[in-house]
Amino acid sequence: MIEVKDLHKAFGAVKAVDGVSFTARDGEITGLLGPNGAGKTTTLRMLYTLMKPDRGQVLVDGVDAATDPLAVRRQLGVLPDARGLYKRLTARENVDYFARLQGLPEDELRARRETLIEALGMADIADRKTEGFSQGQRVKTAIARALIHDPRNVILDEPTNGLDVMATRALRQFMLSLKAEGRCVLFSSHIMQEVAALCDRIVVIAHGRVVADETPDALRAQTGEANLEEAFVKLIGTDEGLAA
Amino acid sequence: MNKMDTHPLRRSRAFLTVFFKEVRENLRDRRTLISAFVTGPLLTPLLFVMLISFTVNRELDKAEKPLEVPVIGAQYAPNLVNALKAGGVVPKPALANPEQAVREQQADLVLRIAPDYAEAWRKGEPVQVELIYDSSQRDSHTPVERVTDLVQHYARQQGAMRLVARGLSPAVASPVMVAKRDQATAESRAVLMFNMLPYLFVLTIFIGGMYLAIDLTAGERERQSLEPLFANPVPRWKIFLGKLAAICAFSTASLVICLVAFAVVGRFMPTEKLGMEVDLGPSFALHVLLLQLPLIVLLGALQSMVAAFAKSYREAQTYLGLLMMLPILPSIALMVMPIKPQNWMYAVPLLGQHLGILDLVGGKGLDAVPLMLCLAGSAVAALIVALVTMQLYRSERLAISA
Repeated sequence: MIEVKDLHKAFGAVKAVDGVSFTARDGEITGLLGPNGAGKTTTLRMLYTLMKPDRGQVLVDGVDAATDPLAVRRQLGVLPDARGLYKRLTARENVDYFARLQGLPEDELRARRETLIEALGMADIADRKTEGFSQGQRVKTAIARALIHDPRNVILDEPTNGLDVMATRALRQFMLSLKAEGRCVLFSSHIMQEVAALCDRIVVIAHGRVVADETPDALRAQTGEANLEEAFVKLIGTDEGLAA
Repeated sequence: MNKMDTHPLRRSRAFLTVFFKEVRENLRDRRTLISAFVTGPLLTPLLFVMLISFTVNRELDKAEKPLEVPVIGAQYAPNLVNALKAGGVVPKPALANPEQAVREQQADLVLRIAPDYAEAWRKGEPVQVELIYDSSQRDSHTPVERVTDLVQHYARQQGAMRLVARGLSPAVASPVMVAKRDQATAESRAVLMFNMLPYLFVLTIFIGGMYLAIDLTAGERERQSLEPLFANPVPRWKIFLGKLAAICAFSTASLVICLVAFAVVGRFMPTEKLGMEVDLGPSFALHVLLLQLPLIVLLGALQSMVAAFAKSYREAQTYLGLLMMLPILPSIALMVMPIKPQNWMYAVPLLGQHLGILDLVGGKGLDAVPLMLCLAGSAVAALIVALVTMQLYRSERLAISA
């Protein structure tokens, strides 16, 4: 479970995150929806302790990110906005590197890695150097290395960005399987259909603030719009930066 | 607290994991390999040997090979010309305008014997011969000295014979003589020529680690892999130390290859012809390696620091190119103002290694005190720079690619 309480982060005069609070529960998929530049990535970066919040608190399974960032990172699987791979290493070697940094024993590492390679359908690319990988192959590899230590909580920053239809479908299935395993899945997106199709809970962020935190149905009821797209536009006040 | 973090085995594994991954990844990069193991370490010994051989052979050539000198008025002084011939001078036909010929570099020098030479000689009066040359031509220096020496030698010989003919001892004419007692040893003479050697070693270390330093900080950030890396439960300073160790491993390998190359190639250097003796063998190599160890860490940390400041791979390359100028400073400073080495100078990074290596080349060996000072001084500097870079690694900005 990930609990976020009143997060603030400013870069100079720009308030990127201005009082964000929400909770992402185990066995649920929580969507962080907002237009480009709303503060989604900055919020997530504070969750996986890449950045320190100016104010506010992050709890992952009850552990405070400010007091024990290493423990928090151990309980998180993170697919960041930046998902660069080591292009001179094979997909397997990329995954192994992160597994060892997570402190996984070698036998556990092998079993877990092969499970993920199977689940993500990347057996055919596992021993290829990642240079020249397609966007979809890159995301698969990045997800495999993010989940190699079997984390309870999974954070995905715009996971379907740049993926084709087939890859997107596969990824959505994979996220649902993570949820079925009882994990806490938190992902950000600016694509409303994706959020509507997957989420148990939607946190809408605009201008660094949470403007709604509801189930998709409640969101429709709250705004009085039967169509989710209209509901979002109403919440955010503009349709700028949203994609269907 | 989590149990994993306090487990000592796990802790050391993160460092080794980063180290081995960086080494393995860079061993797969042809450009890094070529620059660290081929061009970097081998180019300098080859250039150095070529330069030395060229210089040596040039000097030797000039001292021994026949020297062609146009002589004006050779017919007035056949004995003098014969003496010059005996000294290796080949007289050439006279030139109409010797001054112009010299200025236009058609001849290095021209000897002019005045028509009244024979007359004055018979009367026993001093006679003059003229040497026409251009001292702004580097090439003229040695031939001018050679011809001057030959003429003077001939003059002394003839003077002595005249004295003997008059019943006097030739010693009367030279009441004071200078006896030169050069204290230079064959090894110490070599130091002058090998002044650049310490810089070449530093350069090798620098080039050996450069591509790694760029790749592991600026490169990793540019490829957007630093952010996921930092999402792992490993403190950033451990990641940095693993990377630093990888850089040092490459630069050390570079230096070792360079030292081996020098040891091999040193056997073929014609230094003994110049009365020099240089031993670049195993003992020399091991001492240099020891002296350079803290410097290897210092340069690696410095390169990482500079690369961490850079926003991109290219920017890092530019900065490191400038940083490469830094190690040349002690060499230049010592060339411009030769100072007597004091003990404290050994504690200054770069300068200490420079002096230490020159001591080794000079065959003096290295005393314990300068050696310890050199190692300690550079080690402290390396530690400081590493700590500063670690601090830099903690900044939020570092992980985020623009």
